[in-house]
Amino acid sequence: MFDFPYFISMLPDIWKAFTETLIMIGISLSISLIIGLPLGVLLFVTDKGLFWENRFVKSIFGFAVNIIRSIPFIILLVALFPLTKLLVGSTIGPVAASVSLSVAAIPYFARLVESSLRDIDKGVIEATIAVGATPWMIITDVLIPEAKSTIIRGITLTVISLVAYSAMAGTIGGGGIGDLAIRFGYYRYDDTIMISTVVILIIFVQLIQLIGEQIAKSIDKR
Amino acid sequence: MLEFQNITKIYESKKKQIVGVDNVSLTINKGDIFGIVGYSGAGKSSLLRCVNLLERPTSGKILVDGIDLTKLSGSKLRIARLKIGMIFQHFYLISQKTVGENIAFALRAAKTPKNKIPTKVTELLEMVGLTDKRDVYPGQLSGGQKQRVGIARALANNPSILLCDEATSALDPKTTLSILKLLKEINQRLGITIVLITHEMDVVKEICNRMAIMQDGRVIEEGEVYDIFAEPKEPLTKEFINSVVSFEIPNEILKEVNGQVIKILFKGDVAGEGVISDTMQRFDVKGNFLHGTIEYIQERPLGIFIMELQGETAAVNEAKHYMEQRGALVEVIEHV
Ligand SMILES: Nc1ncnc2c1ncn2[C@@H]1O[C@H](COP(=O)(O)OP(=O)(O)OP(=O)(O)O)[C@@H](O)[C@H]1O
Ligand SMILES: [Mg+2]
Repeated sequence: MFDFPYFISMLPDIWKAFTETLIMIGISLSISLIIGLPLGVLLFVTDKGLFWENRFVKSIFGFAVNIIRSIPFIILLVALFPLTKLLVGSTIGPVAASVSLSVAAIPYFARLVESSLRDIDKGVIEATIAVGATPWMIITDVLIPEAKSTIIRGITLTVISLVAYSAMAGTIGGGGIGDLAIRFGYYRYDDTIMISTVVILIIFVQLIQLIGEQIAKSIDKR
Repeated sequence: MLEFQNITKIYESKKKQIVGVDNVSLTINKGDIFGIVGYSGAGKSSLLRCVNLLERPTSGKILVDGIDLTKLSGSKLRIARLKIGMIFQHFYLISQKTVGENIAFALRAAKTPKNKIPTKVTELLEMVGLTDKRDVYPGQLSGGQKQRVGIARALANNPSILLCDEATSALDPKTTLSILKLLKEINQRLGITIVLITHEMDVVKEICNRMAIMQDGRVIEEGEVYDIFAEPKEPLTKEFINSVVSFEIPNEILKEVNGQVIKILFKGDVAGEGVISDTMQRFDVKGNFLHGTIEYIQERPLGIFIMELQGETAAVNEAKHYMEQRGALVEVIEHV
């Protein structure tokens, strides 16, 4: 079963795989935050009854988001190989994998942002409209701060999904923990590596969950 | 001056149209504290929200000092809104900003120079009596305190009109009184016109000088609060008045009455008791008081008495006529 000396000898490989996973998650999370946050806000404020109500914009972006979200990630991964090649010049390695991870995570995070904003009491938004605030002030000073802690929880969820997706991406050239698990655990029946990767992933996800929740709680002033 | 001209608001829902406001025209003068009362669903909020165009009227005009707000949009409308403050039943403060930041937000909306904001916030906090709460978050305040922050925010940009949508309905009676007192102070000190909607007649009696009663989207009666309290015309108005000045005479007592039951009303400074005792002396009638009170509305006394008059029909009629000549309003409630 678990061969401890062997585990120690494999530590450098495990560490390398883990850093690759971190790179994938880091890049794709950053991109999905940068694009997904404004996209989520846009989906919300173009909604019926809001200050930038716009059915056209709302349905175009809403449709695009739904399309991407309805494609299983493994298929999206392969389908985006040409785009990855164009952007990164290769389809191998964690940076390449980040392209499709980002494409998958952007709409996911955008929807989470949109639903966080939907939880804000409409009256609060209206009160600030009545005060004469500009739409930009309402977005930066009301919507984002009021939804801040649910958005943080959304980031946590996005990271956790990215962990799962990155493992999948790993199996077809992305590297990282998923790749390690498949190569050793699956093809070579290597229990030690299998158990190690599972444990690492569990600890990692728990940690993210814990930190995310802690931050979300500590910044909430309600 | 705030004028509603033929305001109609129709809500389009999936299947049917709902008429929220039905052709309302009202004039609210500068410095008024104008109360709009009505039961739930009467269209009070809809009408009030048309003033700052939170709700765009389906037709009609909203004139503020002669300018039609319904013609404005975008930044022009935003600028007009700076001069119309609004407070709400549920306060609607930004929960993630401190009291000071909530007020500063309104000042920033008006592009107040950054270095002027802190002093302005201090002044506003002083006005509403919350100087020590500047760095506290709304979640740590009581309802009354939250409403004070709402008032400070609404007054930040020196508005000429303050709209209050059930501003005291979520508060206990004592806190309600303190908020009403603050509103009255603001009205007198700053000359701000206040339009408030409520379903509590007490609130109107406490601070309003003029009022309107709404039913099914229409204004069914309007005028000076004192006059409406003295002589309500519509049944609904009477119902509302009865909720604060009630003259229910128990049936047991009515059963034993064998004369005519009348309600006598003395407006203003007419000394009611004197008139009644003169009447009793002059005419061959006997009077029994069943109920009596002097209400102070807008600091003007309104004497209301209910009594039974016994005697010959002719004498009773003469007595009533005499009281009317002396300035009383006499109404027969029950013939026996
Ligand atoms: N956004 C809306 N969409 C559809 N119908 C609405 C909307 N707002 C109000 N109405 C309808 O318009 C009518 C008047 O509502 P309004 O809220 O103005 O009444 P109100 O007098 O303020 O009542 P309350 O005392 O309960 O606040 C009601 O029949 C209500 O259902
Ligand atoms: Mg209402």
